[in-house]
Amino acid sequence: MATELEKAGIPVCQVTSVMPVAKMVGSNRIVQGQGIVHVMGDASLPPEEEKELRRKTVLEALEALQTEAGS
Amino acid sequence: MRIVFYLNQFFGGLGSEEAAGMTPVVKDSAVGPGRLMEQVMGDDAQVVRTIICGDNYAAENLEELTDRVLREVKEAEADLFFAGPCFEAGRYGVACGALCAAVNDSLGIPVTTGMAVENPGVDLYHQSIHIVDSGAQAAGMRDALEQMAAIALKLAHQEEIGLPKEAGYFPMGILKDGFTEQTSAQRLVAMLHAKTTGEPYRSELPAPTFVPVAAPAPVADLSKSKIAIVTDGGLVPKGNPDQIAHFAATNWGAYDIASSDDLKGDDYEVAHRGYDTRYVEDDPDRLVPVDILRELEEQNVVGELHGQFYSTSGLVNPLANSRRLGREIAQSLKDSGVDAVILTST
Repeated sequence: MATELEKAGIPVCQVTSVMPVAKMVGSNRIVQGQGIVHVMGDASLPPEEEKELRRKTVLEALEALQTEAGS
Repeated sequence: MRIVFYLNQFFGGLGSEEAAGMTPVVKDSAVGPGRLMEQVMGDDAQVVRTIICGDNYAAENLEELTDRVLREVKEAEADLFFAGPCFEAGRYGVACGALCAAVNDSLGIPVTTGMAVENPGVDLYHQSIHIVDSGAQAAGMRDALEQMAAIALKLAHQEEIGLPKEAGYFPMGILKDGFTEQTSAQRLVAMLHAKTTGEPYRSELPAPTFVPVAAPAPVADLSKSKIAIVTDGGLVPKGNPDQIAHFAATNWGAYDIASSDDLKGDDYEVAHRGYDTRYVEDDPDRLVPVDILRELEEQNVVGELHGQFYSTSGLVNPLANSRRLGREIAQSLKDSGVDAVILTST
């Protein structure tokens, strides 16, 4: 999925908890997610902290999108 | 045998890139590779019709072109249909694959084409038609035509085609039972032995290969960029309006979030059978972080959050299928002017 979007020239940051797969298929920008069942959250945290964690993850992804990526 | 050929403008001798927009031209004789094919196949074979079309026209009007080609092939009472070979020419390859598949499906006539392994047409059509490995260089034209002819004749005479490696075509993903003298344990040990002693060996199950794609340039100014969220985690509105399958999905959906600043569990469900979906169903922002991106949009950290998120289910999806979904989503993103994507994967 990521590579097809990138072939079209659109920068992609993949947020995933399954790093090896993302690396295998050749994703160029990858951010570690918080777990397979909630990539962008953590149900064990109180709502406010969870949202803060999600903000951090989204900002990391946005940061990656602004960074030159080697292949 | 009566043969119909499809060629692009270049191999049809009607121009190069500047002529890529040309509409189909039909000739009642062999042209270029078709003439060589007549030589290869001998007196028995005659190219009775050649359809030549520009690569861009073909890519942009594939349905019209397909209808036209089907009509011409039928009228010409063809016994065989050939397209290409296309080598590395991507638009040409995609057109040849689509036309061969359509002619074979609708008219039941044997078809073959040829492409280099990197041609996207291989990805798209290797499972439906015989695509000869033409290599990347047009110098391999004669070899490619010989293999295309050999396979087409076998198809016409309903003979065994033989294994991909032997007959020179790309594996179609068909498994056939066969007898071997050795058990898998014996073959395994023999293979390991060959591997450790530097002898040649061949895996019985080739691993999929992934061609690296260069990373697109980073986003220059996030505050002026349109960001879209794509997920393969299967989030869909309640009722799953596009009927996205829970595994091996063949389609994707784009869902409106333009007036939402926080996704609610009551409005969504998850079409994905590969993980425990309760957490996402409780709060879809855990997969599709609309809440945060909306805030960042208001704070002008990002220019705009695209008004739809894209979703499909990435579970046990054949690679060729995922690639097609990716291509389709990419096209839609480009049409919508999206600058960058956050892809969330489960």
